[in-house]
Amino acid sequence: MIYGLCLLLFLIGFYGVVVKRNLIKIIMGLIVMEYAVHLFIVLVSYQRGGIVPILEEGQKIGEFVGLAVDPLPQVLVLTAIVINFGITALVVALAVRLYEKYGTFDVGEIRRLRG
Amino acid sequence: MTPYIIIILLIFMIIAALVALETRDTLAAVVALAAVGIGTSIAFLFLGAPDLAITQVVVEVLVLLILIRATISRDVTTIQEGKPQFGMTIAVSSLLILFLFSLHMVEVLPVFGLRAHTGLAGNPSLHYLGEALAETGAANVVTAILLDYRVFDTIGEVTVLFVALIGVWTVLRKKGRLRGDSDSVEGMVKKS
Repeated sequence: MIYGLCLLLFLIGFYGVVVKRNLIKIIMGLIVMEYAVHLFIVLVSYQRGGIVPILEEGQKIGEFVGLAVDPLPQVLVLTAIVINFGITALVVALAVRLYEKYGTFDVGEIRRLRG
Repeated sequence: MTPYIIIILLIFMIIAALVALETRDTLAAVVALAAVGIGTSIAFLFLGAPDLAITQVVVEVLVLLILIRATISRDVTTIQEGKPQFGMTIAVSSLLILFLFSLHMVEVLPVFGLRAHTGLAGNPSLHYLGEALAETGAANVVTAILLDYRVFDTIGEVTVLFVALIGVWTVLRKKGRLRGDSDSVEGMVKKS
């Protein structure tokens, strides 16, 4: 159920990328896809009743290993979030540059102007 | 309790994503996209990942600023959608088929809430959880992995981010372009 909803969110982003003609809307679809993938990886690594992987004072290490959620996917997603921010910034910069050159955000219009 | 909260958040995010993609007002679309990001952040909090939630909020605010900066000054506050690039029915129906096939993939995944990595031989997560304090001295295991065990990953990440920012600067700079290269709309209008 939860994985299915996450998949649906991803496909909504994909729908935006495929169907929309406005460059800003395409970028928004891309961002929604990113969020869905990040959330999916963290969802898979979750365990019921899991605690945050931060040691508190006086906590037994053995207990902590059994209870804490998997930290490795979190680290990889943390890296992915930052890299995706760089990608988004670059894509928006390219869109703004296209707007400066052609005066429109419409993909079909841009293709027509290029001839 | 947590699965229900996550389901409610996911439904909220799906609605917000649909609003972001379908509304005509650009500013409203950007705000709806921010709602999706905040939903992700709250979901991270409930899934035991506060570091991710903090990073997600920061990145979300920056993306919001970039998108508003890119759209607000270009007097395209409303969007005229013409005919979609490909046939609407073809696109939606193929996406639906993709969704139905992917649901079978979801059934193969471990049940939500089970610890997926127990029983896997050679999984480093248990080692990290048990030894992080003794080996690195960091109480936060995520930080210990990020800045000690897998620090080369982080160096690569910073490199990618830096290269992306150089790319942004190169694309958007005003100085250094050829003067005769009148590829802006104003330049074309002046010339003709």
